[in-house]
Amino acid sequence: MEKFNQHTGVGVPLRRSNVDTDQIIPAVYLKRVTRTGFEDALFAAWRGDPAFVLNQEAYSSGSVLVAGPDFGTGSSREHAVWALKDYGFKVVISNRFADIFRGNSGKQGLLAAQAAQEDIELIWKILETRPGTEVTVDLASKTITCDDVVVPFQVDDYTRWRLMEGLDDIGLTLEHADEISEFEARRESWRPATLPAKHLPSVEIVAARPAGVPVEIGRRP
Amino acid sequence: MAGTLAEKVWDAHVVRRGTDGAPDLLYIDLHLVHEVTSPQAFEGLRLAGRPVRRPDLTLATEDHNTPTLDIDRPIADETSRTQIQTLRNNAAEFGVRIHSLGDADQGIVHQVGPQLGLTQPGLTVVCGDSHTSTHGAFGALAFGIGTSEVEHVLATQTLPLAPFKTMAITVDGELPVGATSKDIILAIIAKIGTGGGQGYVLEYRGEAIRALSMEARMTICNMSIEAGARAGMIAPDETTFEYLQGRPHAPEGADWDAAVEYWRTLRTDDDAQFDVEVVLRAQDLEPFVTWGTNPGQGLPLSGSVPVPEQIADANERVAAERAIEYMGLTPGQPLREIKVDTVFIGSCTNGRIEDLRSVAKVVRGKHKADDVRVLVVPASARVRLQAEAEGLDKIFLDFGAEWRNAGCSMCLGMNPDQLAPGERSASTSNRNFEGRQGKGGRTHLVSPLVAAATAIRGTLSSFADLDAGVPAPDGSPLTDLQTV
Repeated sequence: MEKFNQHTGVGVPLRRSNVDTDQIIPAVYLKRVTRTGFEDALFAAWRGDPAFVLNQEAYSSGSVLVAGPDFGTGSSREHAVWALKDYGFKVVISNRFADIFRGNSGKQGLLAAQAAQEDIELIWKILETRPGTEVTVDLASKTITCDDVVVPFQVDDYTRWRLMEGLDDIGLTLEHADEISEFEARRESWRPATLPAKHLPSVEIVAARPAGVPVEIGRRP
Repeated sequence: MAGTLAEKVWDAHVVRRGTDGAPDLLYIDLHLVHEVTSPQAFEGLRLAGRPVRRPDLTLATEDHNTPTLDIDRPIADETSRTQIQTLRNNAAEFGVRIHSLGDADQGIVHQVGPQLGLTQPGLTVVCGDSHTSTHGAFGALAFGIGTSEVEHVLATQTLPLAPFKTMAITVDGELPVGATSKDIILAIIAKIGTGGGQGYVLEYRGEAIRALSMEARMTICNMSIEAGARAGMIAPDETTFEYLQGRPHAPEGADWDAAVEYWRTLRTDDDAQFDVEVVLRAQDLEPFVTWGTNPGQGLPLSGSVPVPEQIADANERVAAERAIEYMGLTPGQPLREIKVDTVFIGSCTNGRIEDLRSVAKVVRGKHKADDVRVLVVPASARVRLQAEAEGLDKIFLDFGAEWRNAGCSMCLGMNPDQLAPGERSASTSNRNFEGRQGKGGRTHLVSPLVAAATAIRGTLSSFADLDAGVPAPDGSPLTDLQTV
């Protein structure tokens, strides 16, 4: 992951609360098996509206999204974070984030900065009065600067450290592989396992049929 | 030290305590996988040359993207077909058990885990799907994760997790006839809001919760995420043990006894403290429906569409105005007058056998309203087979409904089961977001009983609106319905 210390870019005011992940990226775009190329899917339902903020030239190159409360609610789809990143966003500012969205952002190097709603209102006014105004978000000092307004934001210390160091979670965890093995040795034997597979009534598990081979439900091919 | 149920399960899974603000590393007992949020995770493993650490704690099913018609033919949509084939390839390459379309145990992950007996009390369960909270109905700590976390669990069978706070939601008393567990959870979300549970694990308790079946408990825990909570839990009891015993992966013999002895300890100690407590009276509840575009925008069916000018909070007022416009409603309009085009019965919230039985009970011998489309989609192929064994499919078909194959279907409209722009549904699913069931589609979340009554009348209706009290067609007393 790339290190994140400070970012400056055009601020985009999104005056909506409860922007759920179905709005950020509708389910029909989740069929792709790649991790990139989701920029066209971002806010797909709203992009058709000429009045939508990203359709206005001054905001279209934005990289700091300033949204209403409860951003990223609903589905766990990480595609929401990929779509924001692919479009060019580096930071989302909101008064409240859904837990899963916040977690996904941290893993992908998108900063979810939590700021007071009254500070967000101030920033909205500046961005709407002077479209194209840049916003600077500094992770070391945990501050947002927009014109002459400087306000603080919250981000948990661990995520901040990982973002600033550009660290990969899996690599960090695998440093403790021995402890995982020790834990596994202590687990109760009756805890369930998916393999060997058991069924009711007993059905033998075979490799998935190729898409396209006819099969009757409840009966193995 | 006294602990809550959630804290006990958490503590039993700590591989390594975090220090200096670092999260705890938690062991994961069961990882459920589906086609939509896993391809990029498997690709990550492949690029890093990492294996799946515990294929024997991992299970894959196809659900989000699968068609519910013509499942014996190639999937028409090429990207859907590719995604499903990708899951099959990944399962084969990494040695993961998969239940594919056409298999008796194919279906929505949150039905397949419980029906196989893999979902058990005291486990940690994760899946790249926010409705993983469903499994909390068994007293498991279960939550949805993103794709990076899916990769993390595949590689390490653990997750670094920041601590959570605990919220008790106590539902006292007894539910009135016609009100169900869906109405309980919709009322809870309306009360605490879509963000009310953020950062919390919810524990549902009280007399009304204890009286619920496992299916009904799953409905409640399922929608914890709609209140912003990653997980919702219910302490295991005799109802839980009875559901589990004899299922394929339930412990047997001496293992069963050891497991039950442990499971009985999985309850919140009497002197444990929750960070927040919320109390509801079940007897005050009535059928609930949503009028807006988030699950917190719900009201009792006897109510009317809100008048935005009367909403004090500025953000909520704007959200209500926008929702009413999107939904094509009029402020002050009685909810019972809202006419629907489609009734969807299914999903991980309400696609289980009990849900289908309760709908069948109401619609048996009747015919749907003429211009309403009714889709019945069982949560899993096993549920479909069970329903057919009980003759429910015939009741639905005689009613004029479509009887489909298992999957997520119109809950999120990833497959062809979608609403057209402007089309309005009464849906037993979990989300009424703009465009969730199809671009421009309008969703009202309801219980299976309200869905059934609505399918008969064509307008949002409760059981009580049906003619002459509607004797239960099989002669059984109506009071049976309160346990559905």
